[in-house]
Amino acid sequence: MEVKEVLDKYGNSPGRLLGAMLEYQRSKPQNYLTKEDIQAFAKETGLPVSRVYSLVTFYSLFSEVPRGRYIIQVCRDVPCHVNGSVNVVAELEGLLGIKMGQTTEDGIFTLEYTSCIGCCEMAPAMQIGETVYGNLTPEKIASIIGELRRAGK
Amino acid sequence: MVNITINNKKIQVPEGTTILNAAKQAGIDIPVLCYHPDLDIKANCRICVVEVEGARTLQTACSTRVWEGMAVRTNTPKVRQARKIIVELILAGHEMDCTYCKRNNRCDLQKIAADLGIRENPFRHVERDLERDTSGPSLERNPNKCIKCGRCIQMCGKVQGLSLLDYVGRSDEVEIKPAFGKYLTDIACVACGQCAVVCPVAAITEKEDIDRVWEAINDPDKVVIVQTAPAVRVALGEEFGFEPGKVVTGKMVAALRALGFDKVFDTDFTADLTIIEEGNELLQRLSNGGVLPMLTSCSPGWINFIEQYYPELLPHVSTCKSPQQMFGALAKGYYAAKIGKRPEDIFSVSIMPCTAKKYEAQRPEMSVDGKNPDVDVVLTTRELAKMLRQAGINFDALEEEEYDAPFGLSTGAAVIFGATGGVMEAALRTVYEVVTGKTLPSLDFKDVRGLEGIKEATVDLNGTPVKVAVAHTLANARKLMELIKSGKADYAFIEIMCCPGGCIGGGGQPYGTTNEVRKKRIAAIYEADRDLPIRKSHENPAIKKLYEEFLGEPLGEKSHHLLHTHYNDRKA
Amino acid sequence: MSNKVKKLLTARFGVVSPDSIEDYIKNGGYASLKKALGMDPEAIITEVKASGLRGRGGAGFPTGIKMESVRRATGSPKYVVCNADEGEPGNFKDRYLMEKDPHQLLEGMIISAFAAGADYGAIFVRGEYINSIKILDNAIKQARKAGFLGKNILGTGFDFEMDVYSGAGSYVCGEEFALLAALEGKPARSTFKPPFPTTEGLNGKPTQINNVETFANISHIIDMGGAAYAALGTEASTGTKLISLSGNINHPGLYEVTYDITLREIIEELGGGVPGGRAVKMVQLGGPSGPIIPPSLLDLKIDANEMRKYNLSIASGAIIVIDDRADALDILVRIMEFFHHESCGKCTSCREGLGQVLGLLDKFVDGTATEADLKLLRNLLDVMSQASLCGLGQAAPTAIKTILQYFGDELCGRIGAAKEVK
Repeated sequence: MEVKEVLDKYGNSPGRLLGAMLEYQRSKPQNYLTKEDIQAFAKETGLPVSRVYSLVTFYSLFSEVPRGRYIIQVCRDVPCHVNGSVNVVAELEGLLGIKMGQTTEDGIFTLEYTSCIGCCEMAPAMQIGETVYGNLTPEKIASIIGELRRAGK
Repeated sequence: MVNITINNKKIQVPEGTTILNAAKQAGIDIPVLCYHPDLDIKANCRICVVEVEGARTLQTACSTRVWEGMAVRTNTPKVRQARKIIVELILAGHEMDCTYCKRNNRCDLQKIAADLGIRENPFRHVERDLERDTSGPSLERNPNKCIKCGRCIQMCGKVQGLSLLDYVGRSDEVEIKPAFGKYLTDIACVACGQCAVVCPVAAITEKEDIDRVWEAINDPDKVVIVQTAPAVRVALGEEFGFEPGKVVTGKMVAALRALGFDKVFDTDFTADLTIIEEGNELLQRLSNGGVLPMLTSCSPGWINFIEQYYPELLPHVSTCKSPQQMFGALAKGYYAAKIGKRPEDIFSVSIMPCTAKKYEAQRPEMSVDGKNPDVDVVLTTRELAKMLRQAGINFDALEEEEYDAPFGLSTGAAVIFGATGGVMEAALRTVYEVVTGKTLPSLDFKDVRGLEGIKEATVDLNGTPVKVAVAHTLANARKLMELIKSGKADYAFIEIMCCPGGCIGGGGQPYGTTNEVRKKRIAAIYEADRDLPIRKSHENPAIKKLYEEFLGEPLGEKSHHLLHTHYNDRKA
Repeated sequence: MSNKVKKLLTARFGVVSPDSIEDYIKNGGYASLKKALGMDPEAIITEVKASGLRGRGGAGFPTGIKMESVRRATGSPKYVVCNADEGEPGNFKDRYLMEKDPHQLLEGMIISAFAAGADYGAIFVRGEYINSIKILDNAIKQARKAGFLGKNILGTGFDFEMDVYSGAGSYVCGEEFALLAALEGKPARSTFKPPFPTTEGLNGKPTQINNVETFANISHIIDMGGAAYAALGTEASTGTKLISLSGNINHPGLYEVTYDITLREIIEELGGGVPGGRAVKMVQLGGPSGPIIPPSLLDLKIDANEMRKYNLSIASGAIIVIDDRADALDILVRIMEFFHHESCGKCTSCREGLGQVLGLLDKFVDGTATEADLKLLRNLLDVMSQASLCGLGQAAPTAIKTILQYFGDELCGRIGAAKEVK
């Protein structure tokens, strides 16, 4: 997917930029935006590159550094916190052999904290891509990771 | 009119007045940091909060417009506690080395802390050790001092149209810097210093070159000469308590002599020289079908702009060096020999209202001997004031003195270089008279319709109408560049000044430069012009002598070698 | 108690497919729009005013008055903007509304636009709600095809278009001016008010900006009339409220209730109480920006007047139940870390204040806090709530303030704790 292509799809207007940049980022295997990407968005929208960079560094769904194929977003806000999000983190860190904020060596998984994703009725929860996984138990987590590993190969 | 009470005192103010301005009328100075009279209201520092009866929270005085019957209190315990804590919060995240800081005694934050009587900080200090940018010759950034007011962003964005700075990140990790955290020398910055002149603290400052000047002055083998820009003499006094708009030329010359400069010369001399060269260049282009419109070249911020943003239009730019650089070339390539010295024995210093001049001076092509720059050091107006304070010189007590010869004599046409439109008028005073034999009548500048901030005028040169335009700030320069590219610029000559108001509003001028102050400095420039006996560059006897004795003809071989230059395509 | 549970906004959940406009129409959908387009816009505003509907996002501003302000404002074009950012932890009602009955939202916005005189609508959805965005985008395309959007809607001469916009991860987009900044392609930083969005909103034009649930109510108000809507609930709080119930609770989920229900009834009867036979230790109302109250206050009705007696409000309708295993200080640290992460960084009091609050809480955690630290914390929180530019900085201190009020020992009891451990 090209920058110009995604802007044409969303309509090249100021309000559409975030959605366009997100979709573009998601289309990249390492889920991040390079300097060249950011400069391209600036060029195609006519916005100063300082503004585009400001957006990328302000909004937490963007990344300037390469990440894994699957970004595992773990919630730890109050409802998830009181339902044991700490254990979810421990389970994931154990299974993947990395700490929160890191990416596995095979480039498949990145562990990140997210602010509340609005799935509090199934706390503790996590979001991977479009899918929300709730009511997490160690077994469920292991099963989800296993499935994604198989799909990721 | 609206009736309000401030601290129980009844006053009447026009509708739409902010609490901040209403308070001023009532004799109350509410402290501000992010507020600037020429810029958009930001209301982010929160230091100007006041109590407004009926409001749930404290209100910022800078952004709140009064309503009929409003009751404001500016000095309640609640307000004082809020101010105190807000300043303490800023200081907790601020690199606190006031005694060593460039803005010591001239810092808005320091003044507020002093006025509020802050004695200690109950908050723990936040050490961030963010990367400083000392990459270039003109400006330095120290993000550890930044208070995130955003004034610099607006100057670089809205006023200059470059938008090189913006907020990066969020929460207390937010910084103001170029995209990708690049150095100023790695981006298309023009070093105009407009960011520095509005910064309330020392987050962006000019590079200080004072020590190099002391070293030269104390070196018995060097002949240290200094030149002073037109715009400095109407602003330097502000550093010593004078009102803006006071012409302090005589004291400035005396001060420089007291510092130990061997010769005190005037950039105005080479401003006159520039008019002769540039005026002739214009006439040549007009008669030979040369590239028109011709664009002035004395503003280095503007030259940095056209080289980096519109290099395809460089053929339009006059090949004349700026007065500063013409002076430097003459100093090393003519004056040295005249007094029996070698070029490297001359140490040439300039006092400029400008930070981009520091960049200009170190351009490789600005060196006649190929060894040392023609202008060795550029000091800003602010730096000169610091030197005077270092030497303990009481500026006010100085008796007025005259410049040295042969480069001290200048005309009214030269001094008006400091104001936007001045170069244009100076050039036309000469060009008009050379062509028609008559004195130029007053120029009738009109705003260019549809191009706010740009003025135009038409001069009748023996039946040929010659259209000229004048622009200041790079946002306006850009409009003209686009006009030229579209083929619709039917001007013969355009003067462009990088800074708002022209050089008098330069990035190196005293802090507190606002549009109000600019107006006063401009008035002083034209006052100085009126007070001078000679007001046209071509009537300057010292200039005539220079051509007779040395240069020969305008645009001749010697002029070409010393007084003209070339430009570079620096577009990324 | 069953009379306090209503199915007004949730009536079609599970009955209609969110991808089917035909389902929606079959279940009464877009009938209100047709009725509204035959009314005078002023009459619509009168009905909404009579209904007593107040904003459901948390601030509770009377919707009819907001609509009227936009109608009266000078400026063109005018906008209707839906705040679907739903970033406040504990809240998921808007996600349900968007994913299960998207046309209900669209219909409400179109009717509002007609009443307020708006030309264009935008639904700003947080970037994490990928499904909601897809569903709404699809619903808008269907509504356009069916002639409910576009030029000359249903032959009435009314032109109105709308689109969905994505956020990209920023809680503060829930604040109206920060949201408008995001819609204008900028970082989500708020600005001073007045002026308000009703006169100077999106692109500086008159804008009606309301929460998803607020708009969802509009078609029902037109359908039953303002007076009938006002008859639901209480005098101060009319209509129904969607409650997002979560935390340590047996039946977490979305409940639609009337305002005469009590917190205890929601928690025990609807929510089934706390799992494992534990006791409720504290309840947070609205989300991390809301008050944390003790069990003694659970018999309060969620009605505005009752809540106000204790300086409380049900706000967005989130109720987070926390059981007796919890350490109040631990909860506070988590809450303040959330705000610290989400602060936009614009104003001094919030940007620098939140980091300092965390530093002070750290001292309580490791037992090195002193009385002076407690005093400083209180003063700092006061200044943050009084001097911050927007609701984030103003409301962030609420949790700590209420903990100090109702669970003071948990903080004060830790003063000098480190010294005791010899």
